[in-house]
Amino acid sequence: MCLGVPGQIKDIYERDGARMGKVDFGGIIKEVCLDFVPEVMVGDYTIVHVGFAITQLDEQSAMETLALFEEMGVLEEELLAAPEVGTSDESQSPRGVT
Amino acid sequence: MKYLEEFRDPELARRLLDDIHGIAKGQWVLMEVCGGQTHSLIRNGIDTLLPDAIELIHGPGCPVCVTPLEVIDKALRIAAQPNVTFCSFGDMLRVPGSGEDLFTVRSGGGDVRIVYSPLDAVKIARDNPAREVVFFGIGFETTAPANAMAVVQAKRLGLKNFSMLVSHVLVPPALDAIMSSPHTRVNGFLAAGHVCSVMGYWQYEPLAQRFRVPIVVTGFEPLDLLQGIRMAVRQLEEGRYEVENAYARAVTREGNVPAQKLLSEVFEVTPRKWRGIGEIPNSGWGLSSAYREFDAAIRFDVTDINTVEPAICRSGDVLQGLIKPNECPAFGKECTPRKPLGATMVSSEGACAAYYQYGRFVSLESIG
Repeated sequence: MCLGVPGQIKDIYERDGARMGKVDFGGIIKEVCLDFVPEVMVGDYTIVHVGFAITQLDEQSAMETLALFEEMGVLEEELLAAPEVGTSDESQSPRGVT
Repeated sequence: MKYLEEFRDPELARRLLDDIHGIAKGQWVLMEVCGGQTHSLIRNGIDTLLPDAIELIHGPGCPVCVTPLEVIDKALRIAAQPNVTFCSFGDMLRVPGSGEDLFTVRSGGGDVRIVYSPLDAVKIARDNPAREVVFFGIGFETTAPANAMAVVQAKRLGLKNFSMLVSHVLVPPALDAIMSSPHTRVNGFLAAGHVCSVMGYWQYEPLAQRFRVPIVVTGFEPLDLLQGIRMAVRQLEEGRYEVENAYARAVTREGNVPAQKLLSEVFEVTPRKWRGIGEIPNSGWGLSSAYREFDAAIRFDVTDINTVEPAICRSGDVLQGLIKPNECPAFGKECTPRKPLGATMVSSEGACAAYYQYGRFVSLESIG
């Protein structure tokens, strides 16, 4: 039950004094309470838990994290292309990956 | 869906794994706090791809698992009353109390309903003024704001027939209890991302300093978990013990301030029993005096129920990372998801249930 599911906000309205919205979870639309994310707008992404949006998904942070992972690979390729320095770790292949 | 596929990219996962293999030198034990993380780790086989020297153990972060037996017994007694409509999240219905479960109460004629959101229970109360509607308010800090809002809305609507059986638990005191144990094996924590979405992670900073233990806020997708493991291992290798955030797209240091404000209005910190572990000081939330009229335990006079847990079940040791699920003699024999003995097999998010579901009947060490 601790699952938080990302979805896109399609509509925002008020009901019984609460800020509510329609959120699209990959084709399934559900009504969600938006009271805890007052800054979100239609089109934004949010993480929803038991019918409540608990946080807005920050696109810039997501892109930065993914870029960091990409960069790690690029660095690794550059290091592999460099002349062999001969450390003891290089002979070890990661268990289960090969 | 945004950032689901991207954070499951196998090529990037391989790069992260290679990096972890490159930096890991010592023997380290990491505990993932949240049951959702446990399932993602096991489902994706991440534990089998890590260096041998890095061991993952599974923490107490499953609300269904840690709800104490006596609270289930209280729920069962309330739900069995003829004028009561008892509402709960679906996964609580098959959790056994000392004897039966909520499904049994329902098949015996009780009005037990599964709701998606606590606000659904408020709506049922509004639409059925002749019924007493009770919501089973369990969960960690992720769920507590939603449950708090239900009580606030019931008060706003002037409902006299709505109440909540409250058994909320808090993560930081549980981590404190785990690290305070003389038997602890934990070198670093992967903190529960969605708990931190609500509460932020500033509360973990004193713990990291006091116990000299790295704590990395971690999400639930494979890349999130690998990044969390990588950051924790790097800290351990460098002799640092800080709180770091590997889930920045969903978590800030201060967390969700509107949710925290509501929580402090509706709840107050109390001691709380954890199933399998026992009482931990300041580890729960109960209704504050301003909202005590909505306390189902008082309204239905079940505060006297005080159940003792069976001694045979070792789920408390699993929840504290002292043993792996498949090291319990009852695992997969007397204890299965269809007939669970204890907390961690009861819930589909529990560590024992994860090991059962994904066929981990023997320990990885014994395979060699």
